[in-house]
Amino acid sequence: MSGTAAERAPRAGVSASGRERILSRIRAAVAGAPDVEITRAYRTSSDPAGAVELFAERVADYRAVVHVVEAGEVAGAIAATLDRRAPARLVVPDGLPEEWARAVRSAVEARAADAGAEPGPGAAAIVRDEPVLSAAELDAADGVITGCALGIAETGTIVLDAGPGQGRRALTLVPDYHLCVVRADQIVAGVPEAVGRLDPARPLTWISGPSATSDIELNRVEGVHGPRTLEVVIVR
Amino acid sequence: MSGGNTFLGMPAFPRNAAAAVQDSQLRFNLRKATHTIRGKRASVVAELPDWTELRAAGKEIKDHTLRNLERYLLQMEEAVTAAGGHVHWAADAEEANRIVADLVKATGETSVVKVKSMATQEIGLNEALQAEGITAYETDLAELIVQLGDDWPSHILVPAIHRNRSEIREIFHDKMADWGRAAPEGLTDEPRDLADAARLHLRERFLSTKVAVSGANFMIAETGTLVVLESEGNGRMCLTLPETLISVVGIEKLLPSWRDLEVFLQLLPRSSTGERMNPYTSTWTGAVEGQEFHLVLLDNGRTQVLADEVGRQALRCIRCSACLNVCPVYERAGGHAYGSVYPGPIGAILTPQLRGMGSALDASLPYASTLCGACFEACPVAIDIPEVLVHLRGKARHPRTERLGMRAAGWVFNRPARLARAQRLGGRLRRFVPERLPGPLSAWTDTRDIPDIPAESFRDWWNRTDGGAR
Repeated sequence: MSGTAAERAPRAGVSASGRERILSRIRAAVAGAPDVEITRAYRTSSDPAGAVELFAERVADYRAVVHVVEAGEVAGAIAATLDRRAPARLVVPDGLPEEWARAVRSAVEARAADAGAEPGPGAAAIVRDEPVLSAAELDAADGVITGCALGIAETGTIVLDAGPGQGRRALTLVPDYHLCVVRADQIVAGVPEAVGRLDPARPLTWISGPSATSDIELNRVEGVHGPRTLEVVIVR
Repeated sequence: MSGGNTFLGMPAFPRNAAAAVQDSQLRFNLRKATHTIRGKRASVVAELPDWTELRAAGKEIKDHTLRNLERYLLQMEEAVTAAGGHVHWAADAEEANRIVADLVKATGETSVVKVKSMATQEIGLNEALQAEGITAYETDLAELIVQLGDDWPSHILVPAIHRNRSEIREIFHDKMADWGRAAPEGLTDEPRDLADAARLHLRERFLSTKVAVSGANFMIAETGTLVVLESEGNGRMCLTLPETLISVVGIEKLLPSWRDLEVFLQLLPRSSTGERMNPYTSTWTGAVEGQEFHLVLLDNGRTQVLADEVGRQALRCIRCSACLNVCPVYERAGGHAYGSVYPGPIGAILTPQLRGMGSALDASLPYASTLCGACFEACPVAIDIPEVLVHLRGKARHPRTERLGMRAAGWVFNRPARLARAQRLGGRLRRFVPERLPGPLSAWTDTRDIPDIPAESFRDWWNRTDGGAR
């Protein structure tokens, strides 16, 4: 029971005694029960060969748009993707690798120049989370580009850890379009390798395809509250 | 509205089921949905060569945690507190509701957004908040359908599984305006359109609500981390945008170490939605990104379940709902017949243990099964549901005639000579055995055929023919 919570909750005394009651019931309930050994006979690492191809295939299975490019082609791929999607206001988190950021800037500037118009609402622009964007400002953005912490081949999952080039969690949630760049060396074969590499102290978001629901007759429909379009550029 | 209390006073399972099987629309919806999900689950489970080993590890991790629950809960409390969160303990539903209501009131807010959570349904949190002038808005699509339709959840994962697309369109069209933004003009019953309508309806609410209430799929004692798996992004909205986050989590949701997630993040999505991974999983440790965080640890009968040596395995449950989807009884009777937020096979063993078997409904639940065992096979943490059902049947109070009948049968079976005499008598009188028994005994034969009695018992035949040689 922490001090602040105790001051805040008018009847904190109830939960303090709740704690003692629960703990003593647990002690009585398991007294004399034998302990249980945990055996981990499952795969804790898998062959990383072919992980990039498997990752690309499994991400695409979720109906995300996937591009696999060579290292030298990443700037071009980002520019081409942004040209095609044409998000007017694109959120760019701090710490995005300079090469990617430059590609984003030139794509956005080229589009703004094409339009020939004065900067204003609806004009192509880069939006930074500095000062921190309000929820409404974030809602007015059309897309976001990020890197990631790692990718999992077997499940087609991207994990974000709010590190450099990813930003806080809301950035990849509120805008309707998410472009994520994944380097081949970030892709691990399976879930155990991913869990081993991640830092639980950081807020993590595991993303497997675009937002979806199966709540209507158990048919999968992409796009509910999170980004309706997820596009992934994988860099070899 | 959805909640634990609405089920109070419901009749016993057989009556509810008898009524439900008359509803052909319900049976059609359920059959379609459960068969779809069964197929998906089977194919993604078959993909993993080590499913059996993952399942065994999942079972052992949970059993080890339950055996050492006190130690791990204290470790969890310490880790969350060290990471800037606040931990509260609730011995029962009333205490939990009180704690949450007081926390919300302290913020000065009168509304909260909610992530789908079985624990808060179990304690009837929405109703308790309502009584304190706080409105709880459900944000999961299926929970929204249930809330707008003033309905009850009927499935753990897909609470509105009993509704088809045209019923859902009807509910959105008629009720959305009462709760906020109205449904768009010309809404069709296409799932795509219905999902869009939910997106529009809830968008403003997500952006402006300052307090969220969630549950959690797992909590990690070693690190103080909470884990929520979801599909739509409503969970991320609630966990990320509000200034205050309150998570109500059953004490059995604990895992000892961060590493244990490598097992459960494989077991749960594949068993539950039949996907390799669910679209979104969020993990957070204490207060993050400037948020205020409260964890409410909930007992509400769990320690009572823990005290039962056979029944305690029900606490391994990770709420995947695979057992519902394969159950022949659930498929026909539907979730409402179980009279609890936990329907299906797992509900039939969890509800009577959490609530006790005082009511006719709760006492009838251990019988809401054919003991076929499909649930045990599908369970990713190997809960032997048939074993617990039989165990609970043994503990339930039986009708007087049944007790007398069983005592008489016990007396006969106890001595071989008595049994042989009874068999010979039965063989001789077999022409007089009626198809239905009279009086109170008819309750037995209403649902069972009396087996044909042979003219001669096997033992008598063996002795007479020397094992068929003569």
